[in-house]
Amino acid sequence: MGLKAYTGEGWLLTKMEELINWGRKRSPWPLPYGTACCGIEMMCALAASYDMARFGAERPSFSPRQADVLIEAGTISKKMAPILRRIYDQMAEPKWVIAMGACACTGGVFRTYSTLQGINRVIPVDVYVPGCPPRPESLLYALMKVMEKIEKDHPLRALFDREIGQVDLRSCP
Amino acid sequence: MSLKDQVQSCLGPLVVAVSECQGDLSVEVSRENIKAALSKLKEDPGLSFDFLSDLFGVDNSELYKKTAAKPAKKAEAETAPEEPPKPQEFPPRFEVIYLLLSLKTNKRLQVKVRVPEENPVVDSVVSLFKAATWPEREAYDMYGIRFNGHPDLRRLLMWEGFPAYPLRKDYPLEGRGEERHLIYD
Ligand code: SF4
Repeated sequence: MGLKAYTGEGWLLTKMEELINWGRKRSPWPLPYGTACCGIEMMCALAASYDMARFGAERPSFSPRQADVLIEAGTISKKMAPILRRIYDQMAEPKWVIAMGACACTGGVFRTYSTLQGINRVIPVDVYVPGCPPRPESLLYALMKVMEKIEKDHPLRALFDREIGQVDLRSCP
Repeated sequence: MSLKDQVQSCLGPLVVAVSECQGDLSVEVSRENIKAALSKLKEDPGLSFDFLSDLFGVDNSELYKKTAAKPAKKAEAETAPEEPPKPQEFPPRFEVIYLLLSLKTNKRLQVKVRVPEENPVVDSVVSLFKAATWPEREAYDMYGIRFNGHPDLRRLLMWEGFPAYPLRKDYPLEGRGEERHLIYD
């Protein structure tokens, strides 16, 4: 039974995973990390006219501990890079990252000694949003993409990997 | 009395050169005298340059290279070079420029010192103008010009331990691959 659940065939557990994913998908609380002009566009997406809360991004969480989606909007200088990494490390699992704007994706126009050439050099990124700056619609679209990604996730499988993967199953009765 | 005469009579022998460009007066003083000159300009009742609006470094090395290359080309085009061009004498590589404003008379003045590459040290003017603290740190960060007597001469924009002075003209724009690393303490 346990093995079957582990390989993803157990009906109960796959349904359970769907339930969890459904719950997670509907409340991706963002951590706004606006460091430059893209941050203004992100604020616009969060504010009344575009209202990102419609998609469950209800409360911009300014503490990394209570956030699910890190929206990195803007230029990251090399001096800032370790701080970004630390913020990412402080976020509790599960967590996703949106790199918003050309600067966050690749360094953009700032091909200089002081700018980090893409935040994927320090943290893993789930969705890239091109544009300088991207329109708020693009950010909403990126959030939808994150939701799609959450939908395909296997949270219990990861749990089994962590908890039961250590146990030698042959020794179980 | 024009501003130029006023400044000249105030500074007296401290002045090395004076120039005027589009109504902006610029005074060069020698490196040793910068503190004395600025305090004179500040204290002078007629001038009272009591506000330091900015302070920054300049790297002239590329400019000197260009001016060195120009006359050689000209000589080639006109006549065959008769004698090898002798090495030109250039002023020191760096400059530190102080932009002063008088809140009393609303006049502006630019004070300049030249700083050699081998020993890039200037006296700090923080004791005269508190506003000089961060600009001096910036000039130190970007050009490696050190300010004697600065209370807290650390890098301002780049991180501690950055191995170069990025606004020097021989530093590549894209850097030399320096990265700052995450250290958990
Ligand atoms: S991508 Fe453009 S708008 Fe966004 S932070 Fe960079 S420069 Fe600013």
